[in-house]
Amino acid sequence: MSAIGPDGMTRRGVLATGAVTAAMTATNARARVTGAKSDPAAGPTPMPLTFEVNGKLVELSLDPRTTLLDALREHLRLTGTKKGCDHGQCGACTVIVNGQRINSCLSLALMHEGDAVTTIEGLGTPDDLHPMQAAFVEHDGFQCGYCTPGQICSAVSVLQEIAAGVPSHVTGDITGKIAATRAEMTERMSGNLCRCGAYANIADAMTQIAEAQS
Amino acid sequence: MRAFTYERASSPAQAAAAVAGTKGAMFIAGGTNLLDLMKLEIATPAHLVDVQDIGLGDIEETDEGGLRIGALVTNTALAADMRVRKDYAVLSRAIVAGASGQLRNKATTAGNLMQRTRCPYFYDANMPCNKRAPGSGCAAMEGFSRQHAVVGTSDKCIATYPGDMAVALRVLDAAVETVMPDGKTRSIPIADFHRLPGDEPQVDNVLQKGELVTAVTLPKPVGGRHFYHKVRDRRSYAFALVSVAAVLHDDGTGRVAFGGVAHKPWRVEEAEALLPEGAAAVVERAFAGARPTGQNRFKIALAERTLAGVMTEARS
Ligand SMILES: Cc1cc2nc3c(=O)[nH]c(=O)nc-3n(C[C@H](O)[C@H](O)[C@H](O)COP(=O)(O)OP(=O)(O)OC[C@H]3O[C@@H](n4cnc5c(N)ncnc54)[C@H](O)[C@@H]3O)c2cc1C
Ligand code: SF4
Ligand code: FES
Ligand code: FES
Repeated sequence: MSAIGPDGMTRRGVLATGAVTAAMTATNARARVTGAKSDPAAGPTPMPLTFEVNGKLVELSLDPRTTLLDALREHLRLTGTKKGCDHGQCGACTVIVNGQRINSCLSLALMHEGDAVTTIEGLGTPDDLHPMQAAFVEHDGFQCGYCTPGQICSAVSVLQEIAAGVPSHVTGDITGKIAATRAEMTERMSGNLCRCGAYANIADAMTQIAEAQS
Repeated sequence: MRAFTYERASSPAQAAAAVAGTKGAMFIAGGTNLLDLMKLEIATPAHLVDVQDIGLGDIEETDEGGLRIGALVTNTALAADMRVRKDYAVLSRAIVAGASGQLRNKATTAGNLMQRTRCPYFYDANMPCNKRAPGSGCAAMEGFSRQHAVVGTSDKCIATYPGDMAVALRVLDAAVETVMPDGKTRSIPIADFHRLPGDEPQVDNVLQKGELVTAVTLPKPVGGRHFYHKVRDRRSYAFALVSVAAVLHDDGTGRVAFGGVAHKPWRVEEAEALLPEGAAAVVERAFAGARPTGQNRFKIALAERTLAGVMTEARS
């Protein structure tokens, strides 16, 4: 990937100048902008985006190339969400959009007009931890911590997916009720890599929350 | 990533017309394959038409007793649909054997069918690759070809179609419904949707420019026991070396398709007729024209063992 944009600016420069406002004043973030269009003949220009991040309405003006991950980190300065591979292979960028976990590196920010995004900062705060965050602390579910925000967003979603009856590769009877076994949880967490190898402790943290919920 | 312009289409017809009528335009659905390729500048669309608002997000029952799966139905929603879990379990199984939970939440039915090969030379712009740069040669033939196709290959390309879902769709005799930029529709049997590489490995499938996938239809349930066994280098979150999608009946007959071995899901109907004779007979016939490399010859033996494992499980 070239680091220099078509106008000779660095990519980071393009991203930074694309930022205009991050306001809580937007009126109708949830209205879909069906029909929104940048004119192909005029060439790429910044486009507006209104969406909800951690419960707040946010308005941005973005180069269409901006990924959801870069919008969160570089424009909204929500640096909890991490960039590992930038290619969907590591899960460090996992966030929850409209209740479902996704890789924010493989999604354009503009594709999230009207969506509700939850990042690690929105799950809990240092003073008021989400139960899954507290369980990660209690069980040493990390070492360096780089993969941790993605792990926690995934872990919260995994328990919801099991409860909702979404089958996995290790589910025995896919027509029956699915139990939150360790095998189910670790298979579903395979999209989150951890170089420090905290996997066993992550599974312990998840098991604690799953048992508390059942 | 190259610069591009972006629009959200509001209907299937408008999306098809927008892609057909704009230079360098492509559809984007979940984005999980296209954006990956755009970051590497292997895909360089000048304009993106986002199809998320055009409807097509539902699974409906057809008059024939089957299902019509909208092109925008996510892999997660499709695998979790109770009708699919009960009557087309091979499809649920294949989907959850692929990618990760995060990716399946975004990946769409159409985008999954359209995903491009995972040949490492296709991804490396410094290497010759007839699929990426027609006429430049094929680095895989003299390079690392362990992952590559063993059957249906050409002198131009030995890449595989990497997906799992389509292998299950092939045993289920699914069809791909499309709309053309002029509004005409057609239904393409899944067997004819993906191409063999031949002299034009840059063309993965039979869709025309601007032709939009609107749905995948499944005929009425075929019964039997459903299996999807995927063999890969790690137990989860990896592409198949070999996979077997099978629907097996108590009388020993059934259907079988192989993934990870060809430029398309590989099903040979005359081969599966030999199922009562055992896995070796089926694989010998299905891979009769195989031209493996020294590095990927093992896939044929692996296909036989994987199918034998499925047949043992079916009898248990
Ligand atoms: C790390 C990683 C691991 C993966 N592992 C697996 C795996 O094990 N098994 C597997 O099967 N897959 C795997 N995948 C691939 C994944 O399944 C695909 O990326 C996904 O299914 C693509 O769907 P999408 O909706 O995101 O497509 P997009 O990226 O949006 O689009 C892909 C292509 O389809 C075209 N397109 C989209 N919608 C339409 C339409 N309606 N009509 C016509 N054309 C359309 C686009 O123009 C584009 O060319 C993996 C991906 C990653 C990143
Ligand atoms: S196998 Fe096909 S995709 Fe891979 S390098 Fe050769 S031509 Fe390219
Ligand atoms: S940064 Fe998104 S998956 Fe690695
Ligand atoms: S805690 Fe270091 S990568 Fe996971």
